[in-house]
Amino acid sequence: MIYKGKAWIFGDNIDTDVIIPARYLNTTDPAELASRCMEDVAPGFSKKINAGDIIIAGKNFGCGSSREHAPLAIKASGISCVIARSFARIFYRNSINIGLPILECEEAVDSIKAGDELEVDTDTGVIKNLTSGGIYTAMPFPDFIKGIIQAQGLLNYARKAENRNV
Amino acid sequence: MHALEKILAKHAAKDKVKAGEIVTCQVDLAEVNDLYLHVIESFYEMGGKKVWAPEKVAFVFDHYAPAPTIKSAANHKVMREFVWEHGIKHLFDINAGVCHQVMPEAGLVFPGMLLVATDSHTTTHGAFGAFGTGVGATDLACILMSGELWFRVPEVIKIEINGKLKPGVLPKDVILHILGKLGTEAAVYKAIEFTGDTVKNMDIPGRMVLCNMSVEMGAKTSYIKPDETTLKYLKSRGVDVEKLEIPETDLDYEYSETYNLDVSDLSPQIAIPHSVDNVVPVEAVKGTRVDQVFIGSCTGGRVEDIEWAYKILKGKKINDRTRLVIIPASRDVYLEAMRRGYVEALINAGATFSAPGCGPCLGAHQGVIASGEVCVTATNRNFPGRMGSTGGDIYLASPATAAACALAGKIVNPVEYIEEV
Repeated sequence: MIYKGKAWIFGDNIDTDVIIPARYLNTTDPAELASRCMEDVAPGFSKKINAGDIIIAGKNFGCGSSREHAPLAIKASGISCVIARSFARIFYRNSINIGLPILECEEAVDSIKAGDELEVDTDTGVIKNLTSGGIYTAMPFPDFIKGIIQAQGLLNYARKAENRNV
Repeated sequence: MHALEKILAKHAAKDKVKAGEIVTCQVDLAEVNDLYLHVIESFYEMGGKKVWAPEKVAFVFDHYAPAPTIKSAANHKVMREFVWEHGIKHLFDINAGVCHQVMPEAGLVFPGMLLVATDSHTTTHGAFGAFGTGVGATDLACILMSGELWFRVPEVIKIEINGKLKPGVLPKDVILHILGKLGTEAAVYKAIEFTGDTVKNMDIPGRMVLCNMSVEMGAKTSYIKPDETTLKYLKSRGVDVEKLEIPETDLDYEYSETYNLDVSDLSPQIAIPHSVDNVVPVEAVKGTRVDQVFIGSCTGGRVEDIEWAYKILKGKKINDRTRLVIIPASRDVYLEAMRRGYVEALINAGATFSAPGCGPCLGAHQGVIASGEVCVTATNRNFPGRMGSTGGDIYLASPATAAACALAGKIVNPVEYIEEV
């Protein structure tokens, strides 16, 4: 898949309490989660972004709680993918499982500036900075994980596996 | 192989696994807490009809227990009905406590097992030699359907801790010190094993604190080699220890990293706002005004933690401008603290007790903090807004430090408040 959008920059150790505070975990409604996404650090975040925009973050993005509400809130707010230096492991699993593409790429994080127009190919891992002309390549996913991403999440992947078993 | 690798290999029906490999494993116990209505929704969305093994599933209502809002009450209702409909064996309702405390107490955790729960602090169960790891809702829903989940076999970091802790210096101070040294991403995708004399001489609650906060370094799981202390605890909780197959790490296993620590001179530590690895000696922030103290959670709500509060506060009154909230981690802890007279003494000292559960540790209820307030807490995270307003400042410390701060109304070194034994 190819995603195109504007870059939104965040720092290191963006934790799940920042992404979606615990006071909103009662809901499973993606639209409601989106409206609260990042509200403590970037008020009105979900209103400001356009569908397809991309989060660029530092190390250990998504650390803290195991809440799947975090990648759901990001995805529902219109963010097409997240590029970071590294991800916390449960966030990594959860993102793949719900079909939010995430890429690890130090070079991209070093070079991309707020508002840069980006084009990301999640199949090849190639990230193009259309504003600066920079091209970066992210770490490829293991094949097993590629399968889940191609099915757009574990839910669909499991459904297909179920179908095969029947 | 490491004992943790042997656990994964056994559950994947393989002779051997190695770090980096992705394996599919059968889990021994899957636990869902009350933040995860998603699990049930995803289960049905995937076409789930029957839970794979109802006797291997636990639901624990702890994060929002008792229900603080109509919405959480409705979530509990749906979850209870799911449990009843599918004949799920283990339901720990709002009267039980925090999942990581109630599962071992119920004898559900044992060495060599693979335990998966919808909670990041599932690393706690390394204290029993179990492979415990946290996942999100979709992963757990998959387990409910098939009993299986994929895992990347983690590299293992060894942290060897030696030296006798000084009086008033607790396992919490040790893990805060380690966090301060290694940082929040030292163990991302990896496992941590704790070893050394200090760990061997530590009781089970202390070991649980080390393993619990491993996740704050990003760890996938943690591990302490089971010994006599472990077996004694397990027996007391009704586990048939004779039947256990306890895997052992091979002598030629190569750790990805090894750290050695001497804690004989360690002083009480504190993580200052707003990061878990922002750790300094308590002395460095002495005198900071404190509005609220919290003793509770899967990190600091056990009998031994409440005992520290009792030792420091019995017969005294907390500062009249400071609140002290105490939440026992479980019903068993609450009852034991009552039997020993801790509860009465602490209420007389000015403490507020709430029902067992996670309480304000994750900012849901039972004592959240206001903007501009300072909270010293025996819990595990000090992210902005974690315990209420993002304008509040959270300091993580041992229960002894927390209790001493409640007495003084400011940050103090607990060592000065401990009576000579």
